[in-house]
Amino acid sequence: MTSPVAPEIIDDEDINPEFVDTIVRAGADRIRTCIQCGTCSSVCPSGRRTAFRTRELIRKALLGLKEEVLTSPDLWLCATCLTCLERCPRQIKVTDAIIIMRNMAVEEGYMLPQHRKASRKLIKTGHAVPIDDANREMRRELGLQEIPPTTHASDKALQQVQEIMRRTGFIDLIEKAERE
Amino acid sequence: MTEAQTYSFFLGCVMPNRFPNVEKSIREVLPRLGIELEDLEGASCCPAPGVIRSFSEPTWLALASRNLALAEKAGHDLITGCNGCYGTFKEALATLHENPERLTEVQKVFKGLGIKFTGNVDAKHLIEVIYALGPEEIKKRVTRPLTGLRVAVHYGCHLLKPSKNRPWKKTERHTFLDELVEATGAESIRYRDKYMCCGAGGGVRGSNVPVSIDIAREKLDNMLEAGADVLVDVCSFCHLQFEVSQPQLNKELGENRYQLPVMYYTQLLGLAMGLEPDQLGLNKHVVSTKALLDRILG
Repeated sequence: MTSPVAPEIIDDEDINPEFVDTIVRAGADRIRTCIQCGTCSSVCPSGRRTAFRTRELIRKALLGLKEEVLTSPDLWLCATCLTCLERCPRQIKVTDAIIIMRNMAVEEGYMLPQHRKASRKLIKTGHAVPIDDANREMRRELGLQEIPPTTHASDKALQQVQEIMRRTGFIDLIEKAERE
Repeated sequence: MTEAQTYSFFLGCVMPNRFPNVEKSIREVLPRLGIELEDLEGASCCPAPGVIRSFSEPTWLALASRNLALAEKAGHDLITGCNGCYGTFKEALATLHENPERLTEVQKVFKGLGIKFTGNVDAKHLIEVIYALGPEEIKKRVTRPLTGLRVAVHYGCHLLKPSKNRPWKKTERHTFLDELVEATGAESIRYRDKYMCCGAGGGVRGSNVPVSIDIAREKLDNMLEAGADVLVDVCSFCHLQFEVSQPQLNKELGENRYQLPVMYYTQLLGLAMGLEPDQLGLNKHVVSTKALLDRILG
């Protein structure tokens, strides 16, 4: 008898056994001890209102489903509240694992357009949220320096920050071809 | 009177560029507590722990190290009023101290740029420094007790977690902010999921507004249900989230359910210390504080 529900088949070519090794090397060293208890999902504020399941993400990572994990928009629903990391009975650094996977996704060209935009602001001004006219005025009215004493007030400081981002490869990373 | 302490004041992005009224209240109140602030000139974005760190961890570590190096050069510990910036500096310092090769990597990036950095500097949240003075010491400064005011405190996430790398004695159910609020004469009320996230972090506010403000809505609902008069926070990004989400939610609903004033702790404390609302930037809020101020000032 055939089941009315089509089975989900994981093909051999979908499994990348090195995926989890990369995550472990980058710092989420206890990820293999996951017992799929679901504590992470149960405390997740994003998971309360979406189909994002942290437990599922970790399981897929352990199975080596690299492409599926890195292309999934769910990867970007974590608000990094760190509650899962705090409560995990295996002391897995869940949030760190998510950040490591996000770095891998961006490296492969998967980045949300709003995030690329914020990164470009950082590259241009040294701030992911730069000053605007309304807030310059508010600063003046409050008796604060109109331009805050940050990279906004110093070209030399801004150039130094930009040179650091060039050296770490951030500028190339953000400007390279987009894959949605 | 405690001895004056001097810190390098790290502003970040959201506070000076979106909520300078919060910055103003910090600059007014902290020196009155004997906490002197020296500007950290030329500082950049921290950079954001859930955003830039999610894109390029090595870039995050290098830029965080540059900001820490500025404080190291100034000879003071860094102080911040943003949980996100605090999280970045605490995590960056832990990474550098636990993995000396990462410090070497950062120093290599800095080569020839004239940045000296050894990692021998600490980063503090201003609420940590205020709490070290003690609620009793705060009580002594209160000239206008905020009796009868029902406050819903919002701690935020990165101030408390990961608890292994935070200075608090407890890992759950913290009370330090409640104690500091009650030192002003106000009441810190109980409400459901007090320690839950505001929903802004991790790049969610930037990329998925509906999910992000729905998390804020849940917290606001819990606060309103408990009869809060005001929300008090200690993070510029949580502050942005609660200020900006309320008009967004009202627009969606077509009614004005969400009008809970949002104050940063130094604004509340400043009021209790007898400062004028203008000195604390309280007339420049997104959600109006007028009715609340009328009530407090009589």
